[in-house]
Amino acid sequence: MSILINKNSKILVQGITGKEGGFHTRQMIEYGSQIVGGCTPGKGGTTVFDRPVFNTVLEGKNKTGADTSIIFVPAAGAADAVLEAAHAGIKTIVCITEGVPIQDMVPVAAEVKRLGARLIGPNCPGLITPGECKLGIMPAHIFSPGPVGFVSRSGTLTYQAVDELTRNGLGQSTCVGIGGDPVIGTSFLDCVEMFLADPATKALVLIGEIGGGQEEEAARFLEGKDIPCVAMIAGRTAPPGKRMGHAGAIVSGGVGTAQGKVDAFMKAGVPVLDTTQELVAELKKRMATAKV
Amino acid sequence: MIIHEYQGKELMNEVGIPTTKGRVAATPAEAKAIAAEIGKKVAVKAQVHIGGRGKAGGIKLAETPEQAEEAAKAIIGMDIKGLKVNKVLVEECIEIDKEFYLGITLDRDAGTHVIMFSPMGGVDIEEVAVTHPDQIFKCHTHPWLGVQDYEIREMLYKTGLDTKILKQVHMFAKKAFELYRKWDCVLTEINPLAVLKDGRVVAADAKINFDDNATYRHPQLEAMREVAEEDPLERSAKERGLNNYVRLDGEVGIIGNGAGLVMGTLDIVAREGGKPANFLDVGGGANAALVANALGLVLSDPNVKGVLFNIFGGITRGDEVANGIVQGVKQVELKVPLVIRLSGTNEKEGRAILAENGYEVAATMEEAAKKIVALTR
Repeated sequence: MSILINKNSKILVQGITGKEGGFHTRQMIEYGSQIVGGCTPGKGGTTVFDRPVFNTVLEGKNKTGADTSIIFVPAAGAADAVLEAAHAGIKTIVCITEGVPIQDMVPVAAEVKRLGARLIGPNCPGLITPGECKLGIMPAHIFSPGPVGFVSRSGTLTYQAVDELTRNGLGQSTCVGIGGDPVIGTSFLDCVEMFLADPATKALVLIGEIGGGQEEEAARFLEGKDIPCVAMIAGRTAPPGKRMGHAGAIVSGGVGTAQGKVDAFMKAGVPVLDTTQELVAELKKRMATAKV
Repeated sequence: MIIHEYQGKELMNEVGIPTTKGRVAATPAEAKAIAAEIGKKVAVKAQVHIGGRGKAGGIKLAETPEQAEEAAKAIIGMDIKGLKVNKVLVEECIEIDKEFYLGITLDRDAGTHVIMFSPMGGVDIEEVAVTHPDQIFKCHTHPWLGVQDYEIREMLYKTGLDTKILKQVHMFAKKAFELYRKWDCVLTEINPLAVLKDGRVVAADAKINFDDNATYRHPQLEAMREVAEEDPLERSAKERGLNNYVRLDGEVGIIGNGAGLVMGTLDIVAREGGKPANFLDVGGGANAALVANALGLVLSDPNVKGVLFNIFGGITRGDEVANGIVQGVKQVELKVPLVIRLSGTNEKEGRAILAENGYEVAATMEEAAKKIVALTR
């Protein structure tokens, strides 16, 4: 088991004929993900890596039975692409695109929710269920199947932590990079709830960063739950008012401080570690104690 | 992107929000002329992108045009918390009866925009939020319908203020939201929203921040950007195509790939007792040109006593990254210690290449942080 995606996920790539889209489609196919086709307006009827290309997502969905999509279109068209997928009936939509205007995402994220679809991102590395399906841009070989559910707002920090997990023999059920923007489709809490309902997930790693109140929300939910869980918060030394790369990584108006997040996790009995090395060591210890 | 008070007031006037009357001046002579035009007591206000200008002496009152000239002479060129004042706003001196707060921003956790009003304006709203949380009234706008009149009324009538005043405030809230939407703002704030002794209500200050992801659809904003006031190193970063550079005040230069990883690097350097000089995320894989560019930028900060490179090879292989670093470093003149930490895909090969070329290589972030902190002590 896993969350959100597995070996049966049928994937359409929106923006499959672009440079990024093409590169990562090949990598996903090599991993074994079921890429059933792609969409690029005006390129319908052609093929990429032997997969059919459609002009619209609706047509692609009807002809392939796709239930999942991944978006590589430029920022100005990304919100439109998300809506197109959601209205076509795609259930899991991953938006890799970086730099999407906030005012585009506010109505789109709300509409996707209203339709009962699931959006991951934007500005995220995607997600992976090791050994089954990669739906994103992460380096696949550092992941391994196992019991650890992983959710993070950042890309490279995720890779580093996952690499450490795998080297320590701790495989992952699903790893979700939820994205570094202020408005995203799926929150920490959403992922934690899905992981707790997944029988294959027996431990959790949460990697947050400064800005917003998502980590606190997830921490409150974890109070009293007995799953082994560890966390890390990036940006603990970042000065207020400075945006640290991610549009969402900013402490403003006294909201989103690292300390507030650390306190919330500590209150829930979730230790917050300084480095990925310490993070994995602590998780290993906790999993051994809980005998999972 | 942020703009000055005078620019914010111009945008507010455009959508029909009344502000205090005045104009911007770059010289004392201009300030004198504007004061003469206004024809009564004026306030001369420093235009800087930082709070607390009043306490720093950046706001002076002047009875006559000559006094306004003197005030402008004192303020222009002044240093406020490290920022040089280039312009002053000369505006009518107002007699305030009451000060309110009106602000619109994104509520990330609610996933939509929120209008906030407080009868306790004129002071830091964050302070009000702590001391009088019941005096901040909020109206969450609909993700696609925006805000309705009744929603603003519901928010305002909770305050118990006089209906006559609330009707005026209602207009400010509606127009401010219009401005916020029109310009892709992430913050539109009027503090104080001043009720004057003569009964008028005006925006006495204007703070507007824009969404950097949306500036492409507002080409007019480029003209409002005042390059001279940006940090010179942050400006230089943009010119080099390095969009994720933030200058800090320490001495350890930091370069890495990925925002989260770089933030994590800053944290661990601080934990080991060092002070980061900057945040620099170079994105994807490191090729020679990118490395040379990033190093050149970080080394141009005179405070930098050493540089830590932290790379996690993902889809880009570690040996390619290492070759990029070796070639990139050759292109700059390196007078301070450099520590490289390389992990991920093909890390062994990568580290071997770096070691062969005589670089300090670390296997873990902890080790790298310890090394660079020791070398910059």
